[in-house]
Amino acid sequence: MKAHPLLPGGPVSGPLLRLTAPLSFWGGVDPRSGAIIQVRHPQHGQNVAGMILALPGTIGSSSSAAVLLELVRNGHAPAALLLHEADAILLIGCLVARELDWPPPPAFRYRAEQQAKLAAGSYTIAEDGTIRPF
Amino acid sequence: MLAGEAGEAVALAMRIVTETARLMGARKLVPIASAHIDGALYHGDSGTLFAERLVELGAKVAVPATLNVGALDLACGTRVHLPSHERSMAKRMMLAYEAMGCTPSWTCAPYQAGHRPDFATDVAWGESNAVAFCNSVLGARTNRYGDFLDIACAITGRAPHYGLHLPAHRRATFIADCSRLSPALRAADVFWPVLGTLYGQRAGTDIGILTGLRGFSTEDRLKAFGAAAASSGAVALFHVEGVTPEAPDIATATGLASYPERLFITPAMLDSARGALSTVRPDRRDAEAIDAVAIGSPHCSIEELVELDRLIAGRRLLRPFYACTGRHTLSALEAAGRRKALEQAGVTLVADTCVVVTPILDRIKGVLMTNSGKFAHYAPGNTGYAVQYGALAECVESAIAGRLVRDERVWA
Repeated sequence: MKAHPLLPGGPVSGPLLRLTAPLSFWGGVDPRSGAIIQVRHPQHGQNVAGMILALPGTIGSSSSAAVLLELVRNGHAPAALLLHEADAILLIGCLVARELDWPPPPAFRYRAEQQAKLAAGSYTIAEDGTIRPF
Repeated sequence: MLAGEAGEAVALAMRIVTETARLMGARKLVPIASAHIDGALYHGDSGTLFAERLVELGAKVAVPATLNVGALDLACGTRVHLPSHERSMAKRMMLAYEAMGCTPSWTCAPYQAGHRPDFATDVAWGESNAVAFCNSVLGARTNRYGDFLDIACAITGRAPHYGLHLPAHRRATFIADCSRLSPALRAADVFWPVLGTLYGQRAGTDIGILTGLRGFSTEDRLKAFGAAAASSGAVALFHVEGVTPEAPDIATATGLASYPERLFITPAMLDSARGALSTVRPDRRDAEAIDAVAIGSPHCSIEELVELDRLIAGRRLLRPFYACTGRHTLSALEAAGRRKALEQAGVTLVADTCVVVTPILDRIKGVLMTNSGKFAHYAPGNTGYAVQYGALAECVESAIAGRLVRDERVWA
């Protein structure tokens, strides 16, 4: 299994949190804790902190970058982002974190169809995007 | 600019813009005519620190740039329940963006505060409803510029040339046909956020053209539609046949000789979308409870506030009633002599911010009634309130009665 590096980093390891519906980080994730607070989301109540977070899509607010940046600063960011496609919202949060010398999670492109095939469990993602069970 | 000859702030902003261009596959940057900055809303100290870093480095915006809402009501002084550290950081953030030369508009409806880019010009706008309106209703060209990229584009005067900046990417790929719905429904304000919610769910990131709405739309209805669609989906551009500037007809909006997939909007689909906007279960013990009412997402126009005044008709509101608006509308409201009447009836005017982005509502596990699809979408997560969605008249009657009042006739 191989994801395409967008913002390289790693290798990183962590449990997989695979979202089954698109999520807006603003209004969807608590910037203080990483908890998913959008009550209509299937993964409502779970927490993104330290997870390899697979997102089938990003929707809603353009403030999601700010929420991600805050999570990076306070240590509640996901360990890595697997995005269906590059988006100019979450990745900007990572770019700004880098400018402020706060190490952001690496981000990879990994299609929703491929995400759906990932079994629950922990994974390691190498810098080149190779995904292995951990 | 990257090399720093224009200063360190420009170099930092340029690194963000060019790195985004690389990630999004843009081959070049495009000059922009204006920006709308969503990045000045406090979500935590990190955003303040970023803005202050830019100010320290000497950042100034290179193009006219309006500001979306902040976390404090500087214009009306409405009490915001932020602890002192957060309040101080939120204020510092707002001041930092003003220091960079942004216009202190503090509204999510900048297009009703005089910021209306010309048709077909490239701009860099943030805030999902503002983006949808700018692209769809004004026909200017912007992607969904998130926090930080918006100010980076404003400082450099450039944006990555991809996505909706390219005319070929602005075409509709499906038709959402509303012509079979009753004219009375299409002419009701309460219909539009519901349609927007449904449309956003179906569209995702796709671009559609709505048909059967000519003669029924107003600017405030398109505003409410777009905000709801951009909450339930990633809608940055929609077309309305015979209404929005890139859609004089289906062929122009789609660029196709034959019609693409056509989805007929049915009352059943709308019922389902409308049902999902309210989160109070009908079997709840006190299913008619209302603890507060909030309107104004996007910010109320002067016309919407005048309509509110007309519906209240001199009566007294029993429940807290928040009308969120921009400072531009406050001045118009005062000039029209309507502000006092609204406040005497019990309306709390909130400017520069709104009840869903910052803690203004009483901290209870209450029920919020709203006529906004966007408030209905975000209030449960951001405020802890359950939501009842309804028409403005239902909101007013419920606030006066102190319990839920419904008028379902238009949906029958």
